[in-house]
Amino acid sequence: MLYDLFIGPFAEFDFMRRALVGVTALSVSGAPIGVFLMLRRMSLTGDAMAHAILPGAALGYLVAGFSLPAMTIGGLAAGFAVALLAGAVARATVLKEDASLAAFYLISLALGVTIVSLRGSAIDLLHVLFGNVLALDNDVLILLAGVATVSLTALAALYRPLVLECVDPGFLRSVSRSGGFVHLTFLALVVLNLVAGFNALGTLLAVGMMMLPAAAARFWTADITRLLLLATGFGMVAGYAGLVVSYAAGSSLPAGPAIILAAGCLYILSLLLGSQGGLARRALIRPHLER
Amino acid sequence: MSAIRLTDLTLGYDRHPAIHHLSGEVATGSLTAIVGPNGAGKSTLLKGITGTLLPLAGGISLAKGKRLAYLPQSAELDRSFPIHVYDLVAMGLWSRAGIFGRIGAGVAHKVEHAIAAVGLTGFERRPIGTLSGGQMQRALFARLLLQDAEIILLDEPFTAIDARTTADLLALVQRWHGESRTVVAVLHDIETVRRAFPQTLLLAREAVAWGATADVLTPENLLKARRMVEAFDSHAAPCQRDAA
Repeated sequence: MLYDLFIGPFAEFDFMRRALVGVTALSVSGAPIGVFLMLRRMSLTGDAMAHAILPGAALGYLVAGFSLPAMTIGGLAAGFAVALLAGAVARATVLKEDASLAAFYLISLALGVTIVSLRGSAIDLLHVLFGNVLALDNDVLILLAGVATVSLTALAALYRPLVLECVDPGFLRSVSRSGGFVHLTFLALVVLNLVAGFNALGTLLAVGMMMLPAAAARFWTADITRLLLLATGFGMVAGYAGLVVSYAAGSSLPAGPAIILAAGCLYILSLLLGSQGGLARRALIRPHLER
Repeated sequence: MSAIRLTDLTLGYDRHPAIHHLSGEVATGSLTAIVGPNGAGKSTLLKGITGTLLPLAGGISLAKGKRLAYLPQSAELDRSFPIHVYDLVAMGLWSRAGIFGRIGAGVAHKVEHAIAAVGLTGFERRPIGTLSGGQMQRALFARLLLQDAEIILLDEPFTAIDARTTADLLALVQRWHGESRTVVAVLHDIETVRRAFPQTLLLAREAVAWGATADVLTPENLLKARRMVEAFDSHAAPCQRDAA
């Protein structure tokens, strides 16, 4: 019984195993990046960037249909372009970075949907927005694993200045000129992971795999190292749980949203029970030490 | 030998000068206070020296090959970031460790030493968000200690800090002075300056007086400084120096 529920689907079906490998790779790299996005107060930037890659991917789709390389290259190009343009506009004009990013991503999103509609049907659009985690072929898996490898290596290499840039950017400026480079590299990693996530979960859900585990983990620890590990763990658990639930529910519950809902449940549980400012704990434990 | 030399320096924002035609030098190993009314350009001058603000005219030259450390007035520090006091202080090792350098056992000892020197022993594993204002300033001084810089710039280091912490941190400043480091501090408390700082620059958009503290901090000079800043008008002609 338990076997049928928790292991059976993966033992029996190739597509379930592929899905599990895919979401695991995605959470290994996406969750730490989500942690840094959260700590840099850039949570919504991730969301905006996810929309920004849409027209690029859509253009790739328009040119070559459902072709992984075309959609990936298009997505990367659009993501980088929007990140750089938004940064440049923020630096050169009175507009702040969040406002200029919002402007660019709204344009991108509208453009993307328009391009997809030009050629495809509503089903195609749904695929682009929500992905299909149960149809990962070898190429997508290799892309996901490759992106995870590159992201983790880059994060390890840039860890020190990245943390420093979050905690005390003024200090980093006073001792090193690496701040700008670190910021740009980090944005590139965000785009890379979104494009990878886009292929498995679609644009809208790719951000969820980044932000929800990170936000949930913040309720449990006040230490950056543990935060990174815990967020990754949460991502994996959510990926697995989402697949199991979606399989058990049959065709009524699509896998992508199920995974994000599982991550959402982890977030809500953490919000309620977390040891660092969780709501239940705040209600149960007396506010200050008394005899 | 001068650690910092200013030649006809004009600094400002948006083409509006905040400091006019300032010339002079800070001798190596000297302990200098910068005082002056609000809006006199004290913080601006420090930003100019660190290089974060480029001069509109004139120049700043620093002694070659000297490390510079700067403690800004209100650091852009994110106190909610989940990091421990120990790691915050260890950032001071950047100039030696850089991006990849190993922070080994010998260096870890140095970090503990610096934390002990500011009286924060026992706080190493505390998240920085739990520190009080005074404790935070102690931690930032520990980081300055580790930076081991020859030139140290402090922007109002004792503002909103209790007397005990001020006394402890002032003792560190004196220690740096004893080690022949060049220290320049922006200060508000004239009494502290009289007591502890041999050199003073009284600033009011230009130097009112610069030299030995007793000669600079006369009632006449202080009054003059206040008048000069009050008289400044942002709608006035760009450079009032000759008209004044």
